[in-house]
Amino acid sequence: MERIPILKMGQFLLVTIQVDLYDRLALELEENLIRAITRHNPRGVLIDISAVSIIDSFMGRIFSNIARMAQLLDAETVVVGMQPAVAITLVELGLPLKGVRTALNVERGMDLLVNKVDTNENATSND
Amino acid sequence: MTSSTVELLRQKKKQILTGWMNGQLADSQLRDDLMANEDLHAQSEKLLDTLFTVLTDDSLDHPDSASLNPLVDMLSGISKSRARQGFTPRETANYIFSLKDTLLETVQFALKDNPERLVGESLKIGKFIDSLGIITFETFIQGREEIIVRQTDEMINVSTPVVQIWEGILAVPLIGTLDSSRALLVMESLLQEIVNTGSSIAILDISGVPMVDTMVAQNLIKTVSATRLMGAECIISGIRPEIAQTIVHLGIDLSTIVTKASLASALKHSFRLLRLDVKKVPTSSSDGLAYD
Amino acid sequence: MLPATTNVTATETVFVGHEKDIMLLVTLIRQHASLVGLTSLDQTKLITATSELTRNMLNYADKGQVIIDQLTRGNQRGVQLTFADNGPGIADIDQAMEDGYSSGLGLGLGLPGAKRLMDEFHIASVVGQGTTVTIAKWTDE
Repeated sequence: MERIPILKMGQFLLVTIQVDLYDRLALELEENLIRAITRHNPRGVLIDISAVSIIDSFMGRIFSNIARMAQLLDAETVVVGMQPAVAITLVELGLPLKGVRTALNVERGMDLLVNKVDTNENATSND
Repeated sequence: MTSSTVELLRQKKKQILTGWMNGQLADSQLRDDLMANEDLHAQSEKLLDTLFTVLTDDSLDHPDSASLNPLVDMLSGISKSRARQGFTPRETANYIFSLKDTLLETVQFALKDNPERLVGESLKIGKFIDSLGIITFETFIQGREEIIVRQTDEMINVSTPVVQIWEGILAVPLIGTLDSSRALLVMESLLQEIVNTGSSIAILDISGVPMVDTMVAQNLIKTVSATRLMGAECIISGIRPEIAQTIVHLGIDLSTIVTKASLASALKHSFRLLRLDVKKVPTSSSDGLAYD
Repeated sequence: MLPATTNVTATETVFVGHEKDIMLLVTLIRQHASLVGLTSLDQTKLITATSELTRNMLNYADKGQVIIDQLTRGNQRGVQLTFADNGPGIADIDQAMEDGYSSGLGLGLGLPGAKRLMDEFHIASVVGQGTTVTIAKWTDE
């Protein structure tokens, strides 16, 4: 049975999508990821889509949903590694993935999450 | 039964070639600067060979018949290559029309005892060569158009370079109108370059863009959105006062995009985003520069 | 000049009845697209539009068929896709082509989005009989 693995790395969750998602798999990922966020209470979620060659409006909505639900559970989501052709296609499609944070690759995405978490913590301690 | 006109001509092929060549070489407008006479001879001979291979009495009557395709293809090739070599359309058309004189002379001589048939056949040959002439015209123009398209492509490619101006910062100096095909090209090369260099900031400088209408603005917004999807920030710089005016008057919303008046201020902004500090070295330590 | 005529050089028909079929269809279309020489960007646009339209077809008509044609026109080559279903049909096509309009699931980007990604887009629909969407993507001349 196909399944997208969700790895826990310190305060973060790491998801690497290695196949093009069809609907069932994508919906399952959404559900499993939200469960994992509730269980592990991570500060951030990093989704690597460098192997994904199609994002249509359905998939786009899944990413937006994940980001918004994670936000509700106090976790930042970063989608990394989008292929140039996929980015251009999304823009032409009229789907700019509002609310989804992006980074060039896993490393940059991690930097972004670490910085974000640091700033948030500083902000909280200053209050 | 008298032999067919085409057969008649075919038998005189050698003579026709000589007559045609003599006619061309005697022409005061011969472009021996563009094409050597031996090449012209070879080309003419090849054309006649093809003509007499495919021509039948039936296709002489029907110049659009599919059996003449090899001839049409060859003629198109000649015409296009002449367009590239710099022949004028008149010179190219004359090349074919001069063949008519030779062909007519040949039939005239062969059918001199049968004036009635001569008139009919001459008309047929005339019409046939005219239609070949039209083909040379069409393909000549097509050849020219291909040149124009290629030059446009080259110009577009030349005018959309993506340059790395700092580690992590790319700049795209846009020159000319940003139509949709151009915007797509910019997007493709910019996004690829972001991946190649691992850059996190792209500056689109539009100082060289003559006007920003709704379409251009939309293309700019698309480019910015695509850049952001890749995880990089995109800044638009070089907004001249009159451009700022038209943007506002047209009601175009660029509020979600960082815009700067000059490339210099966009670069400064980028340094801030990357937490870089550019400092002037104090004069006292200027001798230290020698160590660079 | 003779007007360039469009010729079909290869055809393949695929039946779609389950969302899992989308991935198979997409793989097949990518092969056709790469054979005719579409750029990788145009391939991505073509398969993304395919995904949108197939999903629409499954949502509204449960099943349907997709015809993949390889085309030539002058010195251009292209891929044409025909999505045909026997579903409920669309009463107001103009409305369905508006951004953000959706009568069912999704963001309402399916039809207009797919149109934006393509060189050619044609839709015909009869209420109660079904919908046919034809799209094409061409190589540069």
